[in-house]
Amino acid sequence: MDITFKNVDYIYQENSPFAHKAIENLSFHIPSGSFVAVIGHTGSGKSTLIQHLNGLIRPSNGEVHIGDFRLTNDDKPKNMKELRSRVGVVFQYPEHQLFEETVAKDIAFGPENFGVYKRDIEKRIKEIIPAVGLSEELLERSPFELSGGQMRRVAIAGVLAIKPEILVLDEPTAGLDPRGQKEIMEMFYDLHQKENLTTVLVTHSMEDAVKYADHVIILNKGTKYMEGKPEEVLTQQEALNKVQLDVPEMIEFLYAFEKRFGLPIPFKRQSVKQLADEIQHAMKEAGSHE
Amino acid sequence: MNNSLIIGQYVPGNTIVHRLDPRTKITIIFFFVIFVFFANSVLSYGILTLFAIATTLITRIPLRYILKGLTPVWFLIIFTFILHIFVTKEGSVVFELFTFKIYSGGIIQGIAISLRFFLLILVTSLLTLTTTPIEITDAIEDMLHLLKKIKFPVHELALMMSISLRFIPTLMQETEKISKAQASRGVDFRTGPVKERIKAVVPLLVPLFVSAFKRAEELAMAMEARGYQGGEGRTKLRQLKIESIDFIVFIIFGCVVIGLFVTRIY
Repeated sequence: MDITFKNVDYIYQENSPFAHKAIENLSFHIPSGSFVAVIGHTGSGKSTLIQHLNGLIRPSNGEVHIGDFRLTNDDKPKNMKELRSRVGVVFQYPEHQLFEETVAKDIAFGPENFGVYKRDIEKRIKEIIPAVGLSEELLERSPFELSGGQMRRVAIAGVLAIKPEILVLDEPTAGLDPRGQKEIMEMFYDLHQKENLTTVLVTHSMEDAVKYADHVIILNKGTKYMEGKPEEVLTQQEALNKVQLDVPEMIEFLYAFEKRFGLPIPFKRQSVKQLADEIQHAMKEAGSHE
Repeated sequence: MNNSLIIGQYVPGNTIVHRLDPRTKITIIFFFVIFVFFANSVLSYGILTLFAIATTLITRIPLRYILKGLTPVWFLIIFTFILHIFVTKEGSVVFELFTFKIYSGGIIQGIAISLRFFLLILVTSLLTLTTTPIEITDAIEDMLHLLKKIKFPVHELALMMSISLRFIPTLMQETEKISKAQASRGVDFRTGPVKERIKAVVPLLVPLFVSAFKRAEELAMAMEARGYQGGEGRTKLRQLKIESIDFIVFIIFGCVVIGLFVTRIY
């Protein structure tokens, strides 16, 4: 499903002394099947943006289109539930939403609400449990007995069990250990490719953005600051520093390398190993000229 | 969700009313609430209403915002009014429909009681609108210090109050966050049969309790880690001080009260 924002404003507590604009005149288009990273400093409107994606809030002005669903200030789709079954949202610290007696019941909660058959739910759970890196023994345990990392995985499984077409992730790895962060991001990326999902990732991590996203939107104070391919946007050190963001480490390294040795190596999302080869090659060539 | 409800809400500002000593405000409101019941004529109600409206205007909080925020109270006020119209049977008959008779006494009583009610709510919400919860608890702790003599745990009570006040907005935020997360998993809190809607509260309440208990434990731990111990010998960061403006306000309020009693005599 495509996602389109047209001149969207969102104002919290409109018509009160607390009114404040969280999003201002935001327009963009995300084609179906892309992996988009939304990046911005705290308070830039990222979390407000994603709540539009499944109709939790509606724009104060402007229009939001999610596939055939249209959201405006005075008009909402008749079938909100269907929209929510097709757009899965993993919120920040999703483990706070666990409540059932057992892990299996909690994962089944979403699909049950959307009217999936019991048999299908069981099948989905069997598929998802290994995918999120849990073992089946946990299924009959209480989610509150698990470790923080396991709870996070259960909560993510609960959203994936809905089998959404658009997957929205709000800092899904915040507060996990580095190993867990990597595993979970790899899992989402795998799923994105296998199931041909449209993925919207809200993140602080430039590394994740550069590694997984094919499109980047940078927000600042509720407006769109930059947009484009990661290799174009995330290399603009000066512009990013202006809004309290840094370029990914790899790009920082390339700039430092160029400054030191005078050898420009263009960034085209190479892996660390490819980059090492390129550097070796460039150094050799520079040496042979002398 | 209930963003328009203003009971207990604080609206920051820097007006005279905001800067008054909280003890002054609490004392004046305490006596205002009592004196509202002494009003018995158009003039006395007029004086009290004038005082309340003038105070509201000084706070610079838009009157419309306050009136809208009191929506649930409006129902109560209108209900009282209607009840009085139908129940009171004094004065002359103003209006007759079949066996229903509406008396002039009923209308007057209805207006008086509703106005009384409105003034009470308006003035007490002005207190919370212009005073931070911390100031209110500080003031209460200070005003109750006599009770310490009979070993009443005033400080602990004030601490409990400020902690619970402090966590109301946090819990509200948490509620909103969790209800959004569950709505994304297909829970419908707004429509559907009542039975379903009651069932929909469970996925909201369980996580809320879990996090509240966790938070309480963490707070206790953090307080202990910083060597917190109750009232005895503890100094204050915020000192309450009565200033000349407080005296002026007391004098103005005194005039209002005298005016009120003068109208009662004549």
